[in-house]
Amino acid sequence: MSFHPHDVRRRAIAAAVLVLLPLILLGAAFFRTQVIEHEQFALQSETNRLRPIPLPAPRGIIYDRHGRVIAESVPGYSVSIIAKNEDSLRVTLEQLSNSIELTQRQIDATVRRYRAMPSRPALVFSDAEFDMVSVLEELRTDFPGLVVQSAPKRYYPDGAAVSAFVGYTAEIDERELTRPEFADYTAGQQVGRDGLERSYESLLRGREGTRFVEVDARNRIVRERGARTELPAESPPPLHTNIDLDLQRHVVTLMDTLQGGIVALDPNTGGVIALHSAPGFNPNRFIGGVSFQYYDSLNTDPRKPLYNKALKGRYEPASTYKLATAAMGLELGLVQPETRMPVACNGGISYGGRYWRCWKRDGHGNVDLRGAIAGSCNVYFYQLGRQIGLRRLLAGGVDLHMHERSGIDLPGENPGIFPETIDYYNETFGPRGWTEGSVAMNLSIGQGENAQTVTNMARFYTALATDGHAATPSIVKQDVPNRVKVLNLTPEQMASLRLAMLDVVSSRGTAGSAQVQGIQIAGKTGTAQNPHGPNHAWFVGFAPVEDPRLVVAVMIEYGQSGSAAARVASSIFERYFRAPTAPIPVTENLE
Amino acid sequence: MLRRIVGDLPLVLTALALTAYGVAMVYSAGQTDVRSTATGLWQMQLFWVAVALAGALVASRLSVRVMDWLTTPAYVAMLALLALTLILGGGAGTAASTKSWIGIGPARIQPAEFAKIVVVLMLAKVLASRREPARSLLDLWLPAIVVFMPWVLIMAQPDLGTGIVFVGIFFAMLFWSGVPWQLLVLLASPAVSLILSFSTWVWGAWFLLLLAFVFYHRPYLLEGVSIVTANVAMGVIAPMLWDRLAPYQQNRLLVFLDPSRDPRNSGYHVIQSKIAIGSGGWFGSGYTSGSQKRLAFLPEQHTDFIFAVVGEELGFIGVMVALGLFALLFLRTVRVAERANDPFGSLVAFGLLSSWFVHVVVNIGMTLNLMPITGIPLPFFSYGGSFMLASWIAVGILLRVSMEGRGRAGRLAI
Repeated sequence: MSFHPHDVRRRAIAAAVLVLLPLILLGAAFFRTQVIEHEQFALQSETNRLRPIPLPAPRGIIYDRHGRVIAESVPGYSVSIIAKNEDSLRVTLEQLSNSIELTQRQIDATVRRYRAMPSRPALVFSDAEFDMVSVLEELRTDFPGLVVQSAPKRYYPDGAAVSAFVGYTAEIDERELTRPEFADYTAGQQVGRDGLERSYESLLRGREGTRFVEVDARNRIVRERGARTELPAESPPPLHTNIDLDLQRHVVTLMDTLQGGIVALDPNTGGVIALHSAPGFNPNRFIGGVSFQYYDSLNTDPRKPLYNKALKGRYEPASTYKLATAAMGLELGLVQPETRMPVACNGGISYGGRYWRCWKRDGHGNVDLRGAIAGSCNVYFYQLGRQIGLRRLLAGGVDLHMHERSGIDLPGENPGIFPETIDYYNETFGPRGWTEGSVAMNLSIGQGENAQTVTNMARFYTALATDGHAATPSIVKQDVPNRVKVLNLTPEQMASLRLAMLDVVSSRGTAGSAQVQGIQIAGKTGTAQNPHGPNHAWFVGFAPVEDPRLVVAVMIEYGQSGSAAARVASSIFERYFRAPTAPIPVTENLE
Repeated sequence: MLRRIVGDLPLVLTALALTAYGVAMVYSAGQTDVRSTATGLWQMQLFWVAVALAGALVASRLSVRVMDWLTTPAYVAMLALLALTLILGGGAGTAASTKSWIGIGPARIQPAEFAKIVVVLMLAKVLASRREPARSLLDLWLPAIVVFMPWVLIMAQPDLGTGIVFVGIFFAMLFWSGVPWQLLVLLASPAVSLILSFSTWVWGAWFLLLLAFVFYHRPYLLEGVSIVTANVAMGVIAPMLWDRLAPYQQNRLLVFLDPSRDPRNSGYHVIQSKIAIGSGGWFGSGYTSGSQKRLAFLPEQHTDFIFAVVGEELGFIGVMVALGLFALLFLRTVRVAERANDPFGSLVAFGLLSSWFVHVVVNIGMTLNLMPITGIPLPFFSYGGSFMLASWIAVGILLRVSMEGRGRAGRLAI
């Protein structure tokens, strides 16, 4: 072998170069990875070890007009699991089901939530009972990916009393998630369902926060807090409503054994002071998922608690509509308050080969408009309706928004049923299947093709209670009330109608039993014919007559006669104007 | 006095510094937030360092002549031990399915680690005995057999990593013995063919290059023909070999080319290793506080991937210090080989250097996915007694060769 020193020297230099070159290349590779690409790898290292845990935000508080709580958030617990993949999540859930009550449906729902958003901990229970939480706390070491944390839970202190307008919250479902309005929602989050919770979702929903837990390679939580600064959840400002909880509770008590809908409005602003559909249901039972038993019991109840009788239920307005007919007659100049009709009421009137009965067998005699309203004389209004004519009756009803929704700030309201033109009759009955006279006579007393929600009738009566402006009902306080002039009558004509309605609630009228000492109530009863059973009872009115501050519309299903509804209404007026306890002062900034 | 015991102070200091650095990293590798088998191992490693230093002292007491004399019996004994390991051996740790460990009393050793040194000695003895450097491939039959026999036994364990180290040692020592580089190229060409045959075009280009080289260099006819034939044969059998590989073996090679093709399993290790190193930045996350390591994202953090802990916790600076120490060690060893008194000692020194060098480049390259994952440990760093002892025996041998080297012989006591 050649081990001459010169050769060795040459090879040693070559060897040194051959040895150093790869080391320098390695150094360069480390420089690239550690210095140039550092940001990217630092980020990957963070995502490796940090798991964001959403901190649900408390929803905004809903207050009544006096700062009393209608809806609030109370401490609750949510349970979720950080899982590496779907299989390990299923295994964990199966194991958990040995220790706590966990149905297959809940397991499947959890896996669905995981699939929808694998980067978030899969939510198992959004509202866990304290008993379960304490069991889970003990199991924590066996289930290292388990996240039990406090989660605000919606609570309605008045329960069923506010069920007609407050709604409830529930976990957002897959169908909703596909809609653009819920683009920034993710599976497992709570969303408002129905009522105020739905219509003011964007204002009530808080901003979700995030905390970071540190996990190891197997997704076991190593550090609960302090791994990275938390983004706290933010709750939105509260929502102030026009509701008077005291009156609302009173309304609910009144309707305790009855079924129907009640709306109480401030005629000047449209502010909803009370709104109820009886019987109600307990919205608290819907939080965190309604139980099958409770939902089933609501659905099979023949009184239909889930059907909102103030917003959705549509009833023939019956005699409460006579004020519309009267207003049209006055507006058209066909009648004056003192005008009498050609035929006096002696229990009925013949027309078109048929005898049209008045509700009062003995007849009202020869009454003027005021007397006709007070006594609810059908014969008078049959004749007035014929004078107005069908086309003008329809146009007048359309002007009063009888074919529309009241526009209340609640979801699910039904529009009134009212024909906009006579084409409706041609299409429905055929051109020869009806006569204008009969249809006009029926419409003029609030029967026929006319069905209204309690809310829409209340809206119409705000026009009667004011200078002819109808106010859009609004649960939440509005800066500027939405009012539309629907009655173009002189102040004298308005006053005459109000006086006539005052007579209704007097010994001369149909609601004499509803009088309240010291409060001048004006209104109109109605008895809607019901082919399915006893007649429905209406009363819509306002008080005090000189300066109306409250409009009340009462609809009692199977209530038989309007005076029953009037008595309920008068109790509401009495409560409102003579609260047994002094009203709690308004506290505007009750945060 | 110190010089008499230590002989080559810079070499010993560098090796000591690397060892201290390594033990510190083994300690850090055990500092995790989740239960880890590595937690108490730094104490074991300290014990092994003590054993290794003693081993180095003993090795440095043996004169080069004695080493020469011991080489053949040691080689025979080693072959026997390797064969015995195949029969009796078992796995350990992550290499549980292999047969690399053998129990001697309570201790378990990895004969392959010591085989590297013995092969270096035997190869040095064979190469040093030739008066003329090899001129043709046929002249290399004896060195080839010296390496081939233990290589087969080790590959049967299987221990691919050590197999690669043997190949590195073989070529490096041929180079140091003065074999012309052209011959080494021809010798290596079939292996290149095997690798390049994945693409017919690339292989074709390589083959033309080889033909040109053969015509230019003009080796013996038989030699030239057999080299060309071997290259063609490799190109042909490569696809068949590939098909015969187990799917997991194929996967490993494919994952080396693209770790993201299997990020959960085969690619996981190297992806996590790169994340750990890259997140270290200039100065690292701080000693013992690397999150990739603490939270068990980093695999084998105390053995094969210990350098990723260096990268994560001590950053680019820490990496450069380690690479610098290795560079010092290598250059000092080249100096020992250059100044050795006789061809045997010189060849032994260079062989030991090449063994370390292959370990360092393959192991560190692996943490950045520049090399495939072969399970080669990092000298002085990776946890393990046999390798620490073998590395320090190598240091001891180098010290001896250095002490007997030029300008020193007179001062030797023995």
